Amino acid sequence: MNKWTRRTFIGVGTVVGGGLALGIGEFLFAPNRLEISPPVDPNNPPNNFRLSTWIKLAPDNTVTVVVPHCEMGQGAQTGLAMMLAEELEADWNGIRVEEAPAMDEFAAGYMVRGFGLGAAEPPQAMLRGLNHLTYKVASWMNLQVTGGSASIRFTGEYGMRVAGASAKQMLLQAAATRWNVSVTECTAKLSFVEHPSGKRASFGELASDAASIDLPSHPQLKNRESFTIIGTAKPRFDIPGKVNGGTTYGMDVQLPDMVYAAIKAAPVFGGKLVSVETAPASSMPGVIKVVQLENAVAVVADGYWRAQQALNKLQPVFSGEGNESVNSESLFQSFAKALDSSGKKILSQGKGADAFEASPTKIDAEYRVPYLAHATMEPMNATARVSDKTCEVWAGTQDPLNARKIAADACGLKKPQVTIHNLQLGGGFGRRLPGNLDYVDQAVRIAKEMSPKPVKLIWSREEDFRHDFYRSAVLGRYQGGLDAQGKPDSWVARFNGSADEGAAELPYAVPNQYIAKSDVPVHIRLGAWRSVDHTQHGFFTESFIDELAHAAKKDPFEFRRDLLTDKPRHKAALELAAEKAGWGTPIAKGRARGIALVESFGSIVCEVAEVEVLANDKFKVHRVVAAVDCGDVVNPDSGAAQIEGGIVFGLSAALYGAITIDNGAVVQTNFGDHPMARMQDTPQIEVHFIASHAARGGLGEPGVPPIAAAITNAIFAASGKRLRSLPLMPAKSAQPVSQPAA
Amino acid sequence: MAISLTVNGRAATLNVDPETPLLWVLRENLGLTGSKFGCGVGACGACTVHLDGQPVRSCSVPVSVANGTKITTIEGLASGETLHAVQAAWIAQQVPQCGYCQSGMIMAVVALLATKPNPTDAEIDAHVSNICRCGTYPRIRNAIHSLAGAKP
Repeated sequence: MNKWTRRTFIGVGTVVGGGLALGIGEFLFAPNRLEISPPVDPNNPPNNFRLSTWIKLAPDNTVTVVVPHCEMGQGAQTGLAMMLAEELEADWNGIRVEEAPAMDEFAAGYMVRGFGLGAAEPPQAMLRGLNHLTYKVASWMNLQVTGGSASIRFTGEYGMRVAGASAKQMLLQAAATRWNVSVTECTAKLSFVEHPSGKRASFGELASDAASIDLPSHPQLKNRESFTIIGTAKPRFDIPGKVNGGTTYGMDVQLPDMVYAAIKAAPVFGGKLVSVETAPASSMPGVIKVVQLENAVAVVADGYWRAQQALNKLQPVFSGEGNESVNSESLFQSFAKALDSSGKKILSQGKGADAFEASPTKIDAEYRVPYLAHATMEPMNATARVSDKTCEVWAGTQDPLNARKIAADACGLKKPQVTIHNLQLGGGFGRRLPGNLDYVDQAVRIAKEMSPKPVKLIWSREEDFRHDFYRSAVLGRYQGGLDAQGKPDSWVARFNGSADEGAAELPYAVPNQYIAKSDVPVHIRLGAWRSVDHTQHGFFTESFIDELAHAAKKDPFEFRRDLLTDKPRHKAALELAAEKAGWGTPIAKGRARGIALVESFGSIVCEVAEVEVLANDKFKVHRVVAAVDCGDVVNPDSGAAQIEGGIVFGLSAALYGAITIDNGAVVQTNFGDHPMARMQDTPQIEVHFIASHAARGGLGEPGVPPIAAAITNAIFAASGKRLRSLPLMPAKSAQPVSQPAA
Repeated sequence: MAISLTVNGRAATLNVDPETPLLWVLRENLGLTGSKFGCGVGACGACTVHLDGQPVRSCSVPVSVANGTKITTIEGLASGETLHAVQAAWIAQQVPQCGYCQSGMIMAVVALLATKPNPTDAEIDAHVSNICRCGTYPRIRNAIHSLAGAKP
């Protein structure tokens, strides 16, 4: 996939104004150009041409879809192209994909609108105004984000499909005018427009005529019954380059005269660089400069390995800003103390917390989950080249517009002077979201010192583990009551932290609920981690409902099902997962099944895990069956891959994941002291989609939240042992400081 | 110190620090960026290449050790335009997600299939210990089984 630079974008953009006369062979469609572009005078193409565009048609009848989202393996670029091609009636074999450049015009307005308004379909007449408004909001917020499992359900539904349908209508009109026939008699199919008289023209032939037609105000979207591309397993565009070493990740950029930097930042978050004796590094072979930043020291050399070796010779003194004595034990003690107070109410339903006291059967449980690192396979890195007037950055980010702002601030230039080359991401999972682009900031600051040489900054894995933006650690206290019939009549949840997404969305019919949080400020850097707060609350909620089922002496599947009579989609997912997993059928000795059901990012996922309890508190997950209701899946194969990957990601965290704190800093350093799930840990995974036709949900994240509870629920079923603290098989570096109350 | 390597059939003589890990020589001196840096301690396998046919984690092999050897990287696996069977299986099974670990995965699997053309699941688990954070393991297993018995 090619990337657009600002120059080529504008070069092509001006073609719209003068392209025909110039005979340049590409034409751009911009379904929302009227809202955000000034009128274009063909004789006087503006220098500051503003155009938000998603489609390029070429004379050879290829269709290039411009995608405002990055590719990090989630398959969104292919899926978005499928949605546009479907509505355009394009021949899939002629579809190409390009990632949008980092420009305000590509801010993710569609995504913001989706988040702001939910999935409710606004009236057609409102669409254009809304698009304009949300574009402005997103532009202001520097958002060109890929996250929130949002690409398909927002950009795809509200951007790509509309863009494709608009362009098709313009092509039909162009053909009708050319042939002097009624537009209603013309049809589009496989990148051609046809008329019953036998007339036929390719999209490429009609592009120039179509480009001068006004945008349709009400493009007609196709019915799902007539889909030929959406719902089929199209191979992803990004895969061939990933089997031969051809794909260029941020790490792989090579520039003339490039030098390399290694960095060590203050181990205690918030700490500053106090002093460093630079001589031990300066005297090492290949070293060019030692650069001191506010909170880090970097060594620049003629190769990365030499830079890192020289950095290792330094003994920088960092401040701890008063956090040097914080450790995991003190953190969890502060969480526990906070939970003793009433906290901030998130939800009170029915009689709230009072109902629990009156319940004939009372159950208490306390759960805890640790901080987690993203540990993308590609460690953080960025390459920057800074001059007096320009700054260029090559990096993989989940928001190139935010990267541009970070870079501009770091070198004192204005945003238009900064060009971001957003490259393939070797994993994101939230680590490369806006707010987390410290590696871009560092690379630009170092490059400014080395100007005009380009600098490639590479973090060691140790630096990556110890300077992440971590999934927050949470302590959760749960109380539940059962009535005389064994039905839950009260549910009280208290937990620390601001992370509450999904915490108050119990799908089960429990009449009295009270949910509260107690925010405990910590000095640890926190961030979104694949599926965000649903990871903690999915584990808590689905563990506790299982405990209630056991207390009621009911089968955990049947107990849940009986509480889902008002939630038919949840019930269907639960039933399908149970059926496909063979719930209730005989199972090998020493094994048992556990079930968990979590809705997140608009999708409902139920997972059944089959787990064997081994000696010495070890566990083997043999099989996981997932039932997924994401409305309708766009690409069943890459969609299934996201659920498979989400399950393995969550499994890795459930078994091994733990970032612990000592002396204010992260203890773990590399994959040696922080194990990750490998081939040998991976179960057989089956994914079943439910075509509910509900509003489309995301798939990048929803596979993660149910798996931890599905595993611990299976362990309980197999052994009678209820595990309330993750990870289940902690490495020596992360042995729990104290066991949670039983 | 002059180091002589034959990488993907091409001879190269380099004047580099003999302690430099092979990975960085491949990436920075020879421009072969398909082999990836993941951990620097031989724990993740993203840097796996073949040294005289044997899989090694090139981030932990000093280039002096590779002196005089024949090295194959991911860039040298295909025969011209024809992909290696493992690469083709990776596309057929749509294995990669972010893809960063896949060069090393593919090199590890090619080496496995060279000695065990029809590996059991246990043999796959034992020989393919590379880390993939996207969680492509189920598809890697399927892709290996799809090749079982085929000549890789």
